[in-house]
Formats: sequence, C-alpha cells, structure tokens
Amino acid sequence: MSGAEALRQGQEAGGPAQPLLQVRALKKHFPIRGGMLGRTVATVNAVDGVAFEVAKGETLGIVGESGCGKSTTARLLIRLIEPDSGEVRFAGQSVGSEIPVAELRHGVQMVFQDSFASLNPRLTIEDSIAFGPRVRGVAEAEAVHKAHDLLRRVGLDPAQFARRYPHELSGGQRQRVNIARALALAPRLLILDEPVSALDKSVEAQVLNLLVDLKQSLGLTYIFVSHDLNVVQYISDRVMVMYLGRVAEIGPVEAIYRDARHPYTRALLSAMPSMDPDRRTQEAPIAGDPPNPINPPSGCLFHTRCPYAEAVCQSTAPALAPVKDRHSAACHMEIAGSGHSKARPAA
Amino acid sequence: MTNRPLVEVRDLHVRFRGERNVHAVNGVDFALNRGEVLGILGESGSGKSVTLKALLRLLPERRTEIKGAIRVGDEDVLALGPEALADFRGKTASMIFQEPMLALDPVYTVGQQIAEAVERHEKCGAAAARRRALEMLERVRIPSPERRLDSYPHEMSGGMRQRAMIALALACRPQVLLADEPTTALDATVQIQILLLLRELQRELGMAAIFVTHDIGVAVEVSDRIAVMYAGRIVETGSVADIVRRPAHPYTRGLLASTVHGAMRGRRLDAIPGAPPALSEAPASCSFAPRCGEVQPECHARVPDAVTVAPAHLSRCLRSVAAGG
Repeated sequence: MSGAEALRQGQEAGGPAQPLLQVRALKKHFPIRGGMLGRTVATVNAVDGVAFEVAKGETLGIVGESGCGKSTTARLLIRLIEPDSGEVRFAGQSVGSEIPVAELRHGVQMVFQDSFASLNPRLTIEDSIAFGPRVRGVAEAEAVHKAHDLLRRVGLDPAQFARRYPHELSGGQRQRVNIARALALAPRLLILDEPVSALDKSVEAQVLNLLVDLKQSLGLTYIFVSHDLNVVQYISDRVMVMYLGRVAEIGPVEAIYRDARHPYTRALLSAMPSMDPDRRTQEAPIAGDPPNPINPPSGCLFHTRCPYAEAVCQSTAPALAPVKDRHSAACHMEIAGSGHSKARPAA
Repeated sequence: MTNRPLVEVRDLHVRFRGERNVHAVNGVDFALNRGEVLGILGESGSGKSVTLKALLRLLPERRTEIKGAIRVGDEDVLALGPEALADFRGKTASMIFQEPMLALDPVYTVGQQIAEAVERHEKCGAAAARRRALEMLERVRIPSPERRLDSYPHEMSGGMRQRAMIALALACRPQVLLADEPTTALDATVQIQILLLLRELQRELGMAAIFVTHDIGVAVEVSDRIAVMYAGRIVETGSVADIVRRPAHPYTRGLLASTVHGAMRGRRLDAIPGAPPALSEAPASCSFAPRCGEVQPECHARVPDAVTVAPAHLSRCLRSVAAGG
C-alpha cells in the first residue's frame, strides 16, 4: 500500500496517539529586492523557526496580528509556499520526501478568507466542488452526486444552488461552498484561514455552527487561523499565539485565556473591547504598532513593546519553554536562570 | 435654543439608482446632543455608512435620491450650495474613515494636508496653520511630531496613519465627528489605543460624535447611546446598557446571541437564520420578519412604529410593549 492510500484510510503507523501533524523548525524568509539590479536588500522573516503538533481530532487556533506569520504558516503547511527549511510530517510521514505534495492534498485542504476570490467565477458551484474528484479520476455521475451530497451537508439545497455561479451567492453561502469543495477529497485536516472574518456576525455564527457539526460528523481535525480572539476561544482546543514569525505561546485554550504567561498574549487579551458598559477599557495594554517585520528587533521580538523588558530580552531570543502541562511560552520571565529579574533561579 | 439637539435627522430616505435600485435607507430618525456619542451598529448593507455619508453629503449626487431632513447646528445640510458645503465639511462636521490611505492624499505630507484645511477654514497664515498641525499631531500622540509633520502617509504605519487622519479631521474643531468603522482595519492592540484616543479627544474637545461600526464591543467602548440598524431602518435605540443588557428588538437579541464570546464555548450559537434582504424594493413591512423567531401574521402587513419600551429606549417591533402599557 502506498503512503497516500494509507493516509486516506487512516491506517498509518502510530495509531490515535500519533499526532496528525508535526511541524519542526519551519522557516520562510521572503527576500525584498530593490535597486537597479534587483538585489536582495532586506528579508522578511515571515515564519522563523515555528514548531508545533496537532493531535488527531483537535482544533488548533493560531492567533496574532497582521504580519505575525499566521497565514504564511498555514500556506506552508499545505505547500502553497515552499518552506526554506524545516519539516512537516503528516500522519507520521514527511511531506515532500515520504508523501509527494500532490498526495498531501488528499489529506489536507484549505478554506480562505475571501470566499469570492477562491472560487472560479466561470464554474458553477457544482462544477467547482466536483472539480477535484474529477481531476483525480472519479466518474462524472459519481462526482456530481458527491457534490450534491456535500452541498446538502453544508446546508445548501442542491436543487437551488448547484447550477448557480459564485456571484449569485451571498458571502456566507459562498463560504459554505468553499467548505464543501475543501471536503470533496475527504481530507482529514482542514486549514481554515480567517474563514469567518469577512462575514457578518449573524452569518458568522451560522458558519461556526456548521464547522463544529462537520468536525464531529466527519471526524476532522482543524487548524483555525484568525485574528479574532473571541472566535478562536470558541472553536479551539489549543491555541498558538504568534508574534513576528515566531511562536510566543502555545497551550490549551483555558490556559491561554485564563493563565497566559507571555506578556504579549496578555496584552492581546486585554486589548479586546469590553462588552460591559460599566467596565470599559481604561488604558491600552501596550503602546505603539507591531514593529516592521523587515527589520525586526534583536533578542526577544516583543521587547520593544514589553513593560517587563530587561537587558537579557534585548540580547537573547527566548526559546519556547514549557511552563505547565502542554503549555509553553517564549519569555525570559518563564525560563529559570535566564537572567531576567522575574525568572526563577536556575535549578 | 440651547435645548435643541446639535444634529437632527428626520425621515431620511436614500435610494441609489442605476442598473438596479437599492433602497439603502428607509426612514431614519435620530437626534444627537452636543457632546454626545451615538454608536450606529449594523451589519453590511444595513445602511449605517450611507446614513453617515448623507450627513456630510458624500454620496454621488447623480445616482442618489435623498429625501427627508438633516440639520447640523444651524445648517440645513440637504440645502447647502457648493460653497457652503465646502465650509460645512471639516468645520462643522468632519469624518474619519476605515482606510486612512484612501482619505489622505499620497502626494502631500501630513503637515501640508492639515495646514491646508486650517488655512481654508480659519483664514489664517501658513505659519499659524503649521503650528496648529504640529499641535494636532501632538494631541493624537504621534511620536516625534515635528519630524512626522513632513512625512508622507506611506511612510507611516497603519496606526500612525489613523492618528494622522484623526488629527486632520479635528484640526478645525468640528462640532460633530463622524467616524465610519475607523478601527476595523487595525490590529487588536492598536484598535484599543485608537478607541481610547477618540474617547479622550471627544471629551476634551466637548465634541459630539457618531460612530458607525459592526462590532458591538467597539460600540460599547465608545458610545453613550446605540442605534441598531437593519435593512435601512433604526430598529432599536437606547443607552449602551439598554442595548446590551435589555435588548427589546428580536434582531438586537439575535445579534447579541450570535456574537461569539468566551462563555459560549461548547454551546451551539443561536445564529439568526437566513440573510438580510436585498432592498431592491422599499420594504413595506418589518424587514426582519422573514428571519424572526417571534414573527406574527401582522408583522408582514405594515412597517412597525417605534415603541417607547422605557425612557429613551425605542424599539420598532409590533411585539414590543410600551412602557407603562
């Protein structure tokens, strides 16, 4: 049996304890060219040594502000962008060497923020959904039947919607179509890149309910990328916070929202507008804009905005270190013997 | 005269003509007192931005039919001629937008743009105008303001551009600031800084403000009162506490229930089914009725009147019960 078949059938080595996705030291630096000769004048360290795992059946939320590398990470995982270095293992197999990229797409699919740009405007909804299976040799009748079935699953009546074109649908309906299309190849992992950010609140709630239902009925695993901390808290089992291309903190959703250890995570959480008129925000948790990723600060990338920054933060980049069970943060205050006055002494 | 509200909008209708007609605003009434902040909350297509733009006459004249009355200060806004309109904009009422890159002119420095507005409205000299520009950049807390006066918009970060646009809008001390989703494109840690800055400036300058947003959290942070819009009408108005704690209209309740927050983890969201109407026809009955869980036959028969459910708390729903009734 080939690796690809094994992964479709979920018979890979390792069983349920084997993480579905393992990411190690993932890096992507984009060169910025300038001048007459188009030489590289600077680089953007979009993703700079990111490592994490996603267990079977869980939802990992990735949060951060613009330029933190969350969308680039998502694109690297599904190989829309080639990484500079690092390894991605899907179901225990190394992507690129043990599983070819084309086969990876059987197991991993993606849904994007812009529901219109991600559908071919000249294809009907039915053809968009059936496109992938057809290309992979599924018979015409079966592909159409499957497409109708998927439309029903995402809450769109095939009799009404199958022959329509993307511009004839609302944003929420189009996003349902994108989800159906992503499911057409029966993937195990769905990467959702800001899937509800362009939708109105009332429609957002409908799509979130749909994603929760589909995950349960199809046994899916999700990576949910978003800038919206409320949505991420609602949908995720674990949360990864990124800042300027690196992981600031990762842990179970309750730990991140109740006991965040990284000052950036705490700032991000207290920057959420209050829903209580008697407890309006009185003070901004941090000043200034996120730094330009072209010339990122030295040491800890957050030290320029951190109220606790000390000399060590300027000179040394903190490694992601465990603070508790399954909860890690990249902050010198959490690293014993780091030299920060708030850190515990080295054991 | 002192009790007269600063802004009064009566029975405002806005219709866009073109390949297809859109009845964007269908009878909006509201009043705004001096120094008061009104949040207009609504989803896309609810008519919130169109209402705001009508106040500054920013809608394309040829394709837009505006009916009703808009008064700001002593000006009958819909009757202003070109010259009077230019005086009105920036001096009496001024606006900030979601995307500062589109509101600021890319070929002039920030200092030149602010100084130009000051010279135009206050008929002062170049030196005095530049001094005012510098003072404004300090007020909106742009770091090293002297240097930033000579910066072009593209040389600034997103948050800084938003501050520069606020400085430009407030340079001539308008009586009312119109804000159209001014923090929607900003990162979370920057959004809260801008919201707090706007709240502070509004208080310091004693300005009235109308804040259009789709984000309930943002509306709660800045507003004294909130008006909820749906399909071109205000369906509910009340104090911030009325709206978030005692919502009377089924749409407001639905909007609050479908706004995700942490406490809802593991629970199914009470999403409002369906989608807002297309508004190619002027709605002749309650526009929310097709999506409403409490719909009655008479909801399809006529447009509901505004019912006073509590002092200063109005709901446009046939099922809302008048206070004391």
